[in-house]
Amino acid sequence: MASVLRILNGRVFDPANGIDGEVRDVCIQDGRIVADVPPDAKRIDAHGMVIMPGGIDVHCHIAGTKVNLARKVQPEDHRHDVHMRTRLTRSGTGGSVPSTFTTGYRYAALGYTTAMEAAVTPLGARSTLEELHDTPVLDKGFFVLMGNNLLLYRLLQEGRDEEFRHALAWWIGATKSYAPKLVNPGADEAWKGHRNANITDIDGRIEGFDFTPRRVIAAFIEAANALGLPHPVHIHCNNLGHSGNFATTLETMKTAEGRRAHITHIQFHSYGSVAGKSRENPTSRARDIVDYVNTHPNITADVGAVMFGRSTSMTADAPLAYMLRRFGGGKWVNADTEMESGCGIVPFTYQDTVYTNALQWAIGLELFLLSDDPWRMVFSTDHPNGGTFMTYPRLIRLLMDREYRKEEMAKVNQLALDHCGLRDCLEREYSLYEIAIITRAGPARLLGLADKGHLGVGADADITIYEEHADKEAMFSAPRYVIKDGELVIEDHEFRAEHEGRVLHTAPAYDPAIEQVIEPFFEDYYSVRFANYPVGDHYLSQHTVVPTAAAAPA
Amino acid sequence: MSLDFTLHTTPSVPLEAEALSAAGLAGLSAAEAARLTVVHGNRAAEVGEFFRVGGTPDGEVHVSGDLTRIKRLGAGMTGGRMVVHGPVGMHVGTGMTGGEIVVEGDAGDWVGSAMSGGRIIVRGNAGHLAGSASRGDAVGMRGGEVVVFGNAGNEVGSGMRRGLVAIGGDTGDFTGVNMLAGTIVVLGRLGQRTGAGMKRGTIVSMHPADLLPTFGYACSYRPVFLRLYLVHLRSLGLPVSDAQLAGRYRRWSGDAMELNRGEVLLLDHP
Repeated sequence: MASVLRILNGRVFDPANGIDGEVRDVCIQDGRIVADVPPDAKRIDAHGMVIMPGGIDVHCHIAGTKVNLARKVQPEDHRHDVHMRTRLTRSGTGGSVPSTFTTGYRYAALGYTTAMEAAVTPLGARSTLEELHDTPVLDKGFFVLMGNNLLLYRLLQEGRDEEFRHALAWWIGATKSYAPKLVNPGADEAWKGHRNANITDIDGRIEGFDFTPRRVIAAFIEAANALGLPHPVHIHCNNLGHSGNFATTLETMKTAEGRRAHITHIQFHSYGSVAGKSRENPTSRARDIVDYVNTHPNITADVGAVMFGRSTSMTADAPLAYMLRRFGGGKWVNADTEMESGCGIVPFTYQDTVYTNALQWAIGLELFLLSDDPWRMVFSTDHPNGGTFMTYPRLIRLLMDREYRKEEMAKVNQLALDHCGLRDCLEREYSLYEIAIITRAGPARLLGLADKGHLGVGADADITIYEEHADKEAMFSAPRYVIKDGELVIEDHEFRAEHEGRVLHTAPAYDPAIEQVIEPFFEDYYSVRFANYPVGDHYLSQHTVVPTAAAAPA
Repeated sequence: MSLDFTLHTTPSVPLEAEALSAAGLAGLSAAEAARLTVVHGNRAAEVGEFFRVGGTPDGEVHVSGDLTRIKRLGAGMTGGRMVVHGPVGMHVGTGMTGGEIVVEGDAGDWVGSAMSGGRIIVRGNAGHLAGSASRGDAVGMRGGEVVVFGNAGNEVGSGMRRGLVAIGGDTGDFTGVNMLAGTIVVLGRLGQRTGAGMKRGTIVSMHPADLLPTFGYACSYRPVFLRLYLVHLRSLGLPVSDAQLAGRYRRWSGDAMELNRGEVLLLDHP
C-alpha cells in the first residue's frame, strides 16, 4: 500500500528543481510527491541523511533472451552467489547476470527504482516482458533492436522513407518497447555471410544493399524525432572496442545534424590508435569525444564505464563477441534472430594489470571528469558488460573522492595511463548534486520521463535516502530507505514490502496501412505468423504508456 | 574408537550431508553430532533424524547403511579419515582439501569433483564425473587422489589441473575431457572421445583405444614417471601387473584442437 509520508530534516538533492543539499521536507501521498500531507502522516526523520530521487539506469541488460543465455552458460556464478529467500523476498542467484527477482532486489538495495533493458529483439519481446514482470521494485522498459532489421532495410533501399517511419512506429508499439536501438548498424549481414566479417566504415556499403550505416543512422534519427519519441534513438555505434573508433563515433554524432540522439556506452567508442602500431594498441580519445558532446546539446550519452572484475559481455554486436572470445578463449555464445538481429555472449574478466582493460577503465573516468554537462554524460557501466551494477557505488566513489582515485590509479597498468588523459584531470571531484544528475535527473531527462528523476510536486514518489558517510562507496552501497511509488520498500536497510514496478513503453502513431506492407514479409520469411507476432496488452501487468511529443522540431 | 553413524531412516528425498566430514566432526560428542544440520529436500533437518550416532570422537568417522540417497558426504573435508560402509550417493568428497575417504561400496556421480587435496578410495564402482570440474567451471580437480577399484562413468577428470585419478576398471566416454594437466590412469578400457579438448596432462590405459583424429601417434617408450605412479597404485591395492610396470607405451599427443601438449599413453602389446 502506498503510504502517506513526510520525510523531514534530510538534505535534499533535486537537481531538476535546482535544490542542492537544502534541508527541507518531502511529502508523499498516493504514490506521488505532494506539497503537504496531514499532520498525522507517518514521519521519517532523515537527520544526517541525503535524499535523492530514485536511481535511474539508462542502459543495462537485465531481461530477454540474451540475458537468459548468459545465465545459462554461467552455472558457476549461480553456485557461488546464492541469494537467499526471506519472508518477503524470493530466492535467486547472483553473479554478473543475476536472476530476475535478485536483479530487482539488488538494484533496489542500491537505491535504484528504474532501469532500462537496452537490447531486445522484437521476437524476444514476449520473453522480455515476462522476465520484467518478475523483476520486482523497478520500473522498467526496453529498447527494441531495429538497426539490422531486414524489412526496414528493404524500405530504405527502395526510398520509402515514410513507410519506414510508420513501420518503425508499428514495431515499437507491437513490441511494447520504449525506444528503438541501433547496434553496429549494417554489420549483421556481413557477419552472417562470412567468417569474422564486420562493417568497419560508416560510409561503407552494407552487404546486400546499396546504402551505408550512415544512411541507416540518419533514417532512424529522422524517423524517431518525427515520431516524437520520448527517447528518440539509442545508438551503439559501429566499431565498438576497436582502436581508432573515435572517428566513427564522431561521424555518427555528426549524422544527427542537430537532432536528438543518444550515444550509448560511449567509453567503448572513444579509442584512438598509436601511429604506426597495429590496431591492438588503443589509446584514449576521450577528449575529442567529450569536446563534441559538450558543444552539441542535441547529443546525450552514457559512459559505459569499465570496472575491474567479472563481467559478462552480452551484445547484439555478434562480431564483437567473437573478437572478445579470441582474447579470452573461454565460453562464447553466438546467435542469430531471424530477420532481426545477431547476438554474442562472452563471460569476461577485466584485469587492472592488462593494458587494454586499464585503459578502458581510465577512459570511463576521463569521460566523466572532462564532461561539462552532467545532464548529457550520464552514469552507466553497460551492466553487465563493463561491470555489474553492483560496482556502481565504487564508481561513484572514484568520481567523488580524488584521493581514492589516485590510490586506485597507482594499482593499474601504468602504460595505459600514459596513453590517456586521466592524470590531467586529477583534481575534479563530483559533488552529491552532480551525482544526483548523472544517476537520476539526467537519465530521466534524456529518457523523456517527466515524472521521474526529480522531487517536485507531482513527480513519482521514487526516493532514496542515504546516510551520509565520508566513504561514498559505503554510503551508496546501502541506502537506509527506498521508496517506490510512495511505498516504503526498504526501511532501515531491510525489505518491508513487495512491489512489482511498472513497465514503461510508448505507442507512437502510425498509418494502419503499413501492416499491409509488413504482413507479406512476415508470411514469407518469419517462423511465426504475422497475427501471432505483436505483443498483446495481456502481456502487461502494471504499465504506463509514456506519451510521445507532437512532432519534434527537425 | 571412532564416531559411528548408522542410517536408521532412509530419507524420502536426497539428503545433503556435508556436515558429516571427519574434520567437521572433530571433537564433537555423539549427542552433539546428532544435532548437526543436514538439508533434507528443501528443509533443514538434524543428523539424528536419519542416523543413529554412537562411539567417541578420535578423528575417524564411520558411516553405515544404504547411503545412495545421501549426498555430499565428506564434502569440503580438510583432514581426518572417513570410512563409508555401503553404497553412497553423489558428491562424495566434493571440494575436499585434505584427509581420506574410503567408500566400501559403490559411489554416485561427482566423486571428489573440484577437490584440491586428500584421497578418496572407492572399492566399488563410481558414477559419472569422478574427479571432474563442477558445472560451468573451467578448472576441476586441483590436487589429491581419486582411486576407484571398479568402473567409472563418463567425463572422468574433466577439466582437471593437477592430481591423480586412477580407475581399476573401465571408464565411459570423454575421459579427461578439457583436461589442463594432471594424470588419469585407467587399468581397463577407455570409452569414446578420450581427452577431447585436453591441453596438457596424461591419460593412461592398458588397452587399445579409439582416439579422436586430433590425436597423433608420437612414439613408443617406457615412461619412468609412469612406473612410479603404477608402483604407488599397486601399493594402494590396485591390480597392477608386472607387464604393465615394465611395458612399453604408445604415446599419442593431442588434442591438436588445443595446445597438442597432452598425451594418451596406451600399453603396447597388452
